[in-house]
Amino acid sequence: MITLVELKNGKKAIIQKIEGGPGLKNRLEVMNIREGKTIRKTCAAPLRGPVVLEIEGCKMAIGQGMAKKVWVEEI
Amino acid sequence: MGGRDLKKILLMGNPNVGKSVVFSRLTGVNVIQSNYPGTTVGYTKGQLKIGQNEMDIIDVPGTYSLSPSCKAEEVARDMFFNEKPDLIINVLDATNLERNLYLTLQILEHNIPTVIVLNMWDAAKRKGIHVNLEKLNKITGINVIPAVAVTGEGIKDLVNIVNETTIKKDKQLSKIPKMDDSEKWAFIGEILSGVQKIEHRHPSLLEKLEDASVRPLSGIIIAIIVIFITMQVVIGFGELLINYILDPLYYQYYGPFITSVVENFIPTGFIHDILIGSGYEYETSFGLLTTGIYVIFAVVLPYILSFYLVLGFLEDFGYLPRLAVLLDSIMHKLGLHGYATIPIVLGFGCNVPAMLSTRILEGKREKFIAATLIAISVPCMAQTAVIIGLLGKYGIQYIFMVYGTLLLLFIIMGSILNFLLKGESPEIFFEIPPYRIPHMGTLLKKTWMRVRGFLIEALPFVFLGILAINILYLVGIMSALSNLLAPIMSQMLGLPNQAIDALIMGFLRKDLATAMLAPLNLSPTQLVVACTVLASSFPCIATFIVLIKELGIKDMLKTVVLMLFIAIITGTILNLILN
Repeated sequence: MITLVELKNGKKAIIQKIEGGPGLKNRLEVMNIREGKTIRKTCAAPLRGPVVLEIEGCKMAIGQGMAKKVWVEEI
Repeated sequence: MGGRDLKKILLMGNPNVGKSVVFSRLTGVNVIQSNYPGTTVGYTKGQLKIGQNEMDIIDVPGTYSLSPSCKAEEVARDMFFNEKPDLIINVLDATNLERNLYLTLQILEHNIPTVIVLNMWDAAKRKGIHVNLEKLNKITGINVIPAVAVTGEGIKDLVNIVNETTIKKDKQLSKIPKMDDSEKWAFIGEILSGVQKIEHRHPSLLEKLEDASVRPLSGIIIAIIVIFITMQVVIGFGELLINYILDPLYYQYYGPFITSVVENFIPTGFIHDILIGSGYEYETSFGLLTTGIYVIFAVVLPYILSFYLVLGFLEDFGYLPRLAVLLDSIMHKLGLHGYATIPIVLGFGCNVPAMLSTRILEGKREKFIAATLIAISVPCMAQTAVIIGLLGKYGIQYIFMVYGTLLLLFIIMGSILNFLLKGESPEIFFEIPPYRIPHMGTLLKKTWMRVRGFLIEALPFVFLGILAINILYLVGIMSALSNLLAPIMSQMLGLPNQAIDALIMGFLRKDLATAMLAPLNLSPTQLVVACTVLASSFPCIATFIVLIKELGIKDMLKTVVLMLFIAIITGTILNLILN
């Protein structure tokens, strides 16, 4: 398992685990970022900026700190 | 049923699904609509009347759930629980049903009659997404209406169903039971597997461009191109309007006309002077009907118009959130996060809506930093028009000096505030909307609304300001005031006494200051100092009032003290360097 930050640009992966408190988990979940979902990482913005990912055709920007708490398995 | 009982309807849904567009279609009330989450931060009310059936419709800010994570979402939750609506119109983005349905399930739990609108039905079709409406209707037990709100498709059906549902006595409620979160997602999965089919399509050119605009290298190149084109178009189109339309209109037709009218009725005296001042030939005549009209319509309005056209295009296209992603890291070093880009960009048009839109930021600290930085170092279009008007003829390098100083101020102040104020700006986390080709009608309507907003806001203050200047000069207060402040100011800033008047007056409205500075024959470098001081103090009294509302008196006072301090220090330093 690797985190969203480590996942290479353009690769697809399945979310395995989200670390962190219920607050963070809930915030991610209502945006459809939750365990079992397939995602594609588009890229990371410059200077260790946010990770841009795509779930079900919907693009989202998520800060590095949060992205580090999302563990995925590349497919 | 007894005649007049006003029904209450809430328009709810995820951010950026087009609630405001549906709202305008239903009520005829125009609200600003854009292609990014967080356009609506407050709420707007409008009416829909069908026969005897009168309804209040409220456009609620978008939310992903009923448990809020920012101010705009809190507004949504509070309205849902406190307003006791008769009907919820739940607007969904048909291209992204899975996430949208989560909020729907939360809404349906509370036994309030609900209608589902599947907006962006055309985009879904283009993307190869097929939704079986009958099945969705059967499973949820409520009406489902496909719609393309920007073109008006489906709105008629919606109106009919809203009318029927609010008149009916036996409320049609969904029979979906209460579920916990994981059950909700499982249920949504079940719904979708039966209802939705997705064909695979190759990414379109727009979709490729979407990705290119957030990738580090291509993203920065695109950003530079976008900003360059924006500046070119705003300034070019503004100048075109002034040189070929507004100046000729004013000098050849309006000026002579209004002068002869006034002189016919009031040949001399105080009223004559207040109305047309020293004559229309001088843009600094200080007459209400001469300088007042000229400053608003021929100095500021052209740039406001061209800026809002370009901004509206960028907003509706969906570019701004991508700029926010690119700038996120830099913004964090200034105590903000990427999404603060949006209020900042809005601030170049007018600081008032910019202050309001700081509500999309999560923390109080971040809001304070954003509002302060915008008030001090983001010049609104009126300020920009002043700067171009005064310095343009001396060459672009002087304009760059002013903007360079402001940019430097922005960075230095942001870093200092970030260092001084405890806490950390929360991480960025938002949805990036797809690129959409702007709808011309909507774009023009939005531009018109903003231009009208500017006129409504600016006209009374400019008139009031000119009146005040005339009276203050007449009574002698102005000279007393400038005598009091002049020694310090003119020595520190290197400006003649009369320029101080302009700076003081600038507090009311910056655009007036152009007219006050122009006749003083200042050197270009003196003008750079004056413009920078003007630009780094508040744009106008309206911004000041909004700041009180958004930050509270205490924080607003902090901002004001900071602003005065910074404006004077910056002016002094510039004066030392340049003169």
